[in-house]
Amino acid sequence: MTDSQERWQRVNLALACFALDPAALGGIWLRARVGPVRDRVQKGVEIALQGQILRRLHPGIGDDALFGGIDLAATLAQGHVVRTRGILDENAVLLMPMAERVKAALAARLAGALDAGKGLALIAYDEGAEPEERLPQALADRLAIHLDLADQGLSDAPELALDQSALAAARLLLPHVTVPDHAICDVATVAARLGIRSLRAPLQALALARASAALMGETCVDHADLTLAVELVLAPRATQLPQEEQEAQEAPPDPPHPEEPEKAHEAQDQDQIDLPPLEMLIEAAKAILPPDLLARLQAGRAARQAPAANGSGAVKKGNRRGRPLPARPGRIGSEARVDLVATLRAAAPWQPMRRKATGKTDQLHIRMSDIRLRQFAETSDRAIIFVVDASGSAALARLGEAKGAIELLLGEAYARRDHVALIAFRGDGADVLLPPTRSLVQTKRRLVQLAGGGGTPLAAGLKAGLELALTAQGKGMTASVAILTDGRANVDLAGIANRTQAAADATAMARAIRARAIPALVIDTGIRPTQALASIASDLGAPYLALPRADARSLSAAVDASLNLA
Amino acid sequence: MKDVTLTGPFPFSAIVGQEDMKLAMILTAIDPGIGGVLVFGDRGTGKSTAVRGLAALLPPIHAVAGCPVNSAHLGEIPDWAQVNDTAIIEKPTPVIDLPLGATEDRVVGALDIEKALTRGEKAFEPGLLARANRGYLYIDEVNLLEDHLVDLLLDVAQSGRNVVEREGLSIRHAAHFVLVGSGNPEEGELRPQLLDRFGLSVDVTSPKDIDTRIEVIRRRDSYDRDPGGFLTEWRPADLALRAQVVAARDHLGQVAAGEPILRDCAALCLALGADGLRGELTLLRAARALAAFDQDLTVTRDHLRRVAASALRHRLRRDPLDEAGSTTRVTRIVEEVLA
Repeated sequence: MTDSQERWQRVNLALACFALDPAALGGIWLRARVGPVRDRVQKGVEIALQGQILRRLHPGIGDDALFGGIDLAATLAQGHVVRTRGILDENAVLLMPMAERVKAALAARLAGALDAGKGLALIAYDEGAEPEERLPQALADRLAIHLDLADQGLSDAPELALDQSALAAARLLLPHVTVPDHAICDVATVAARLGIRSLRAPLQALALARASAALMGETCVDHADLTLAVELVLAPRATQLPQEEQEAQEAPPDPPHPEEPEKAHEAQDQDQIDLPPLEMLIEAAKAILPPDLLARLQAGRAARQAPAANGSGAVKKGNRRGRPLPARPGRIGSEARVDLVATLRAAAPWQPMRRKATGKTDQLHIRMSDIRLRQFAETSDRAIIFVVDASGSAALARLGEAKGAIELLLGEAYARRDHVALIAFRGDGADVLLPPTRSLVQTKRRLVQLAGGGGTPLAAGLKAGLELALTAQGKGMTASVAILTDGRANVDLAGIANRTQAAADATAMARAIRARAIPALVIDTGIRPTQALASIASDLGAPYLALPRADARSLSAAVDASLNLA
Repeated sequence: MKDVTLTGPFPFSAIVGQEDMKLAMILTAIDPGIGGVLVFGDRGTGKSTAVRGLAALLPPIHAVAGCPVNSAHLGEIPDWAQVNDTAIIEKPTPVIDLPLGATEDRVVGALDIEKALTRGEKAFEPGLLARANRGYLYIDEVNLLEDHLVDLLLDVAQSGRNVVEREGLSIRHAAHFVLVGSGNPEEGELRPQLLDRFGLSVDVTSPKDIDTRIEVIRRRDSYDRDPGGFLTEWRPADLALRAQVVAARDHLGQVAAGEPILRDCAALCLALGADGLRGELTLLRAARALAAFDQDLTVTRDHLRRVAASALRHRLRRDPLDEAGSTTRVTRIVEEVLA
């Protein structure tokens, strides 16, 4: 059997196990594009879950649909409050296509609903094309079964075999399935050695093993069940290749429960005969670890660090704050607020006619179509922080161009809501010459005073840039850092001339900036491009531009294009 | 005591490890004036389990049945509330979840649109803050919450009053609650100004030790399979802890903190370069609550040592290159100052 066929069999087993006890398993995260393979899975889901309520969600679903809300049309027509039922109010299995587009807010609500233990389960169809596009971590952590069918061919994906009566029998058996204590130990150990930090995963693995045992008609979880649990639940979550036994065993025994390990050992001894050792489970996990595990981990990390995941200072397009816009017609939902005055104004002309039509003269007649919602527009200001090398090597000529570029950018700032800040580094440290500002007059005055000369404390400059960027983010601006230097860092953070230490400090600081997901740009103003500077740029995750003969205008254009924030 | 409850959240005393987090939560239960708790750490480490467990552990509150803000007496009911049921009942300490993306209207309360549109009445619809009065407000992923909401929450938590002035309403009501925020620092950080306003902060990591992990899973598994039996088994431990918390609350007023302890607090905060005086105050309050928990009559340096990291770690100036983390820095300075 090929890998692909084996994978399809696992899908079959996963669906069957899930169908036995959807709530205990939390759900399935299925990564596959729309296509015949996914249609087969969907068909399998419908067969397996026959008799249970299936509900489709979309990633933009609002609170009124989730939790129930006022049925406004009925309420207004009948004169008393009519409520709609929310999707989360009943024990349904939720199906969510386009799960990679779920926002953090919806993910948090669904996670809360899944945690409440009211019998909900979620099948998330993740259609992400890039590794960075994926289901939010908060949800992925709560769905037991992770399947990746991105490369599954249709020829290896026949119709899923799911037998209703077998499932019904297994469902009856499920409450009687017991888990031996050594199985708990094994699952926990495998999870630890795969580097899975969340403690939900081993619990979900146990639930899956239990379902698998019931499916096989057994009342005790055995090795085959554990293997399946490791393959479906633990292996896809691995964050490291399994380490050697010794390392895992080095952890000191837990002092408060000295009797526990012994008990575990005893249990293991008794069952030694019919259960192969832990290593086989690890091997099973290894066998299906994705070959590009490391690449995926980095994608996950990058997705987490993307500016979109950062709540403070990111671009805000809300309808709750900012500059008011004219009210628009709409429905009462959770997001927007009703503009009462505009609503009444819209309803006013119709009052005599409605009074006549209904015969009720003592009340205000408001219909759905009268509802007006408030709108706000808020654009996030951007702050461009120039970190300029004013050392002896770079200074005089370059400094003039940097000054010119800043003036040019500021000239357009009024229209574009840009703030510009300037940090110069020279001698033994860096100075904030200009905090983020939009004042052209003030800027010109400060720029005139900027002097050059001395060593190149690149690390100090980066540090000052980072601090300023964080402050700007705290004020709700989108900050980016543009570094203009010729790249020969020769003064370290402590202000001491030491080339090796200076380079190390600069690298460390560049990584610190990258870790905070602040967009950056490195402009090499040296006569010849410097290798050291290119490597700093890659540490920053920033584009590297060599502009040996840049004038103010091309510099300004380069900054604009590279930071791409306009 | 009434008959043993057979349903309920996972018992607080059955949580394995995470001593820092458990202690911080107990301290705020003894003295809610300490302020909120910020719990930062990995997913699936029992953050929300601990909050829910703690609320179930605490003695039930007596409140007016129909009151939207859980008033203790009839006299405390705000004048805007239409209370039909005025019986005083016993109810568990409220734990209110604030979901990410909640609107300001839902949090502070707003004009009751249903009543306004259907009956033409100007009525106030209380929000989550009203329901959280005298209990806990739990925010998962507080670092992803919009800044203006966090500002507002911390402000209300500190003043203990919620003031609503909007849409022709002018409403105020009591909102005394302990704010518990949790989050994963990899996904975004809180502004220093907001960090400073949380009383205590703890870092949680999932246990590294295999046996602890196995024990966690074993307990959770047996809870999931037989909640009733598990709760019965842990009931005595929970009740003992409740008795200790209740005793500590009574005892809190009598705990003395001498001049040398005040000096130590100030010296610690100076050495750490913590901005503002909130650090000293919280440190002292937390140490006093800990002394009360231990049934000691005076605050000692040992108490300071045990709470210093939680009370001060989030008030340090951030150093972008410091990989060791602020806990290590606090511990080092504490060793130096209290040597």
